[in-house]
Amino acid sequence: MILLAFAVMTLALPLAASADPLEVKVGVLRIEHSRETISIVDIPPADDFIAGAKMAMADNNTTGKFLDQSFTVEDIKLAPDDDPIAAARTLLDKGVRYLIADLPADALLKVADAAKDEGALVFNAGAPDDSLREQDCRANVIHTAPSRSMLADGLAQYLIWKQWKKWFLVVGSHPEDVALGEAYERSAKKFGAKIVEKRVFEDTGGGRRSDSGVVQTQRQMPVFTQNAPAYDVLVAADENEVFAGYLPYRTWDPRPVVGSGGLRPTSWDPSHEMWGAVQLQNRFQRMFHRSMNARDNQAWVAMRMIGDAVNRAKTADVKAVRALMLSPDFQVAGFKGVALTLRPWNLQLRQPILLTDGRGTVSVSPQEGFLHQVSELDTLGFDQPETKCKLD
Amino acid sequence: MQARLTLRAFALAAVSLYAWPSLANTAFVSNEKGNSISVIDTATLEVRKTVKVGQRPRGIALSKDDSELFVCLGDDDTIQIIDTKTMTVAGELPSGPDPEQLRVSPDGTLVFIANENDALLTAIDVKTRQVITQFPVGVEPEGVAVSPDGAMVVATSETTSMAHLIDWGTKTIVANILVPPRPRFAEFTPDGSELWVSSEVGGKISVIDPVKKAITRTIGFDVPGLRKEEIQPVGIRFTSDGKLGFVALGPANRVAVIDGKTKAVLKYLLVGQRVWHLALTPDDKLLFATNGVSNDVSVIDVAALKVLKSIAVGSYPWGVAITRQ
Repeated sequence: MILLAFAVMTLALPLAASADPLEVKVGVLRIEHSRETISIVDIPPADDFIAGAKMAMADNNTTGKFLDQSFTVEDIKLAPDDDPIAAARTLLDKGVRYLIADLPADALLKVADAAKDEGALVFNAGAPDDSLREQDCRANVIHTAPSRSMLADGLAQYLIWKQWKKWFLVVGSHPEDVALGEAYERSAKKFGAKIVEKRVFEDTGGGRRSDSGVVQTQRQMPVFTQNAPAYDVLVAADENEVFAGYLPYRTWDPRPVVGSGGLRPTSWDPSHEMWGAVQLQNRFQRMFHRSMNARDNQAWVAMRMIGDAVNRAKTADVKAVRALMLSPDFQVAGFKGVALTLRPWNLQLRQPILLTDGRGTVSVSPQEGFLHQVSELDTLGFDQPETKCKLD
Repeated sequence: MQARLTLRAFALAAVSLYAWPSLANTAFVSNEKGNSISVIDTATLEVRKTVKVGQRPRGIALSKDDSELFVCLGDDDTIQIIDTKTMTVAGELPSGPDPEQLRVSPDGTLVFIANENDALLTAIDVKTRQVITQFPVGVEPEGVAVSPDGAMVVATSETTSMAHLIDWGTKTIVANILVPPRPRFAEFTPDGSELWVSSEVGGKISVIDPVKKAITRTIGFDVPGLRKEEIQPVGIRFTSDGKLGFVALGPANRVAVIDGKTKAVLKYLLVGQRVWHLALTPDDKLLFATNGVSNDVSVIDVAALKVLKSIAVGSYPWGVAITRQ
């Protein structure tokens, strides 16, 4: 049976378009993420992020073999002190015109501006900063990662639907946590929730692993959450994994935890299986022997967008590809129940936000009843009328 | 709205059933989460029985003589053969992993299956129950169609967004046609002159000329009051004269009725929630539509283009097949 399949394959493979073969080189720039995660299951694997791009490359090449197009990926992993611009230049000098990046906001902007000089397109598949989509937006940066405001709004809509309107907001002490906390405050205002108290959890340093067990955590978390005004739900803003993962089941009052711990808003989770997602998860598991995390997925989406646009535009020309991606007919199949499209005013990918406890998808926002004149996906994050983005 | 419709449907059903010719065909509905098949009498429009099958039944099809029902069992990685007289398991077909949709060739000798995990189209000899050939196609093949003369087999691959046209005589792929994203289902018109492919994420039907091997027309949908994203076409069927095409629009909760000639959308029929697949009775009088989320099947009067009745079935109904004899 296998032999037969092989014989047939040689017969079936060619028949590509008569045009010249098209080779599309894609560069991946990624920083190493901290291994200091609260749960060991969240420790970033060595092929974090790039695995998603590689699987999409395989997907693109399967389609490409029918169209005489091929896609390659060149991966540069940056240590914290490495220069992202030098790395970007290395790729640009090799003729790479599509970059998929998992970089902090400041590094991403520098790379984007270097890429602009070469007419290259950058996919921000990592940074959630709203500033990158608003005042610091760039015409050559497409965002497949959801912004903090999209994530916060996705969670907020569900909390409103649940009638959990009184929030106890706990924010970490890092700048990213502060920004995420602000996103939750904005969501509360936007959808009519009330923040009954905002409390800061100071990061006093220290590792996450310990042989002494959970004794201290079990005592610290109840005390930390003591004496809050009456609330329905604790919303934690902790991007640096300092405390949020310790909160569920340990709050002083018996209340659910959401945000960075407990029920989390995200672009993707290994437990997501609806809308055919199980096929994507299975393929990923087979290729990389681990499950697909949100960063992998955001890189996968970026690489699939490149593949799909090049397939349809029949050219790798950046201008043509970008124009196609911006058209309303360019719809990305992302296994989230609806087509994903780009917001033309800031190049953010519209997408549903999954709400997950890590064991399954609890709900998916936008929630029923949150209406919008253009797309209900635009009820998530900053909308066109309020955008500060000016694309040149 | 739903309640009002149901009432109206009941009233209509009461009137229409009275005059209904008693053509006793049987409709089989696969219940994806119920792990069962609901057996419906098309004359009385009642569930005659519910039969347990394996895990995650989706695509179903009848053998040419209606004696066997083939059921794709996604989580059991096999196709179960059900004897339609006794409704007991009569065997299995070696489908490969995660079978979702299948087609029986017009002469009844072959079953074609899309293997999503392996990017293959598998052809199985019904008599010997052996795989006779496999074709490498795009990523996540799902929809399978066979032309009425059996000469062309088509697979649609969801992530590759292509319809792969296979010449069954020479056993070669003769065209790979790019369609809007996530093509899930393909169906030839009864005269074989057109191939319709539904794109779930693209929200469109591509009408393909199988001779020219090119898209000649794209059909879009616009349901007032519904977001574009909710319109996700999946199942397609034609009346045997080809005059009407029906398309299940998924979470839009509508079945679109399309003029086979002009390709104009004539009507949107409100059915249950998340409508997946469709099947017509052999006399073309009734159309059955499976509603995945509302756990029922909508029965449509084809002449009147009205929903007659909704029949409660098992959990998450998906596929439907109706006997031809």
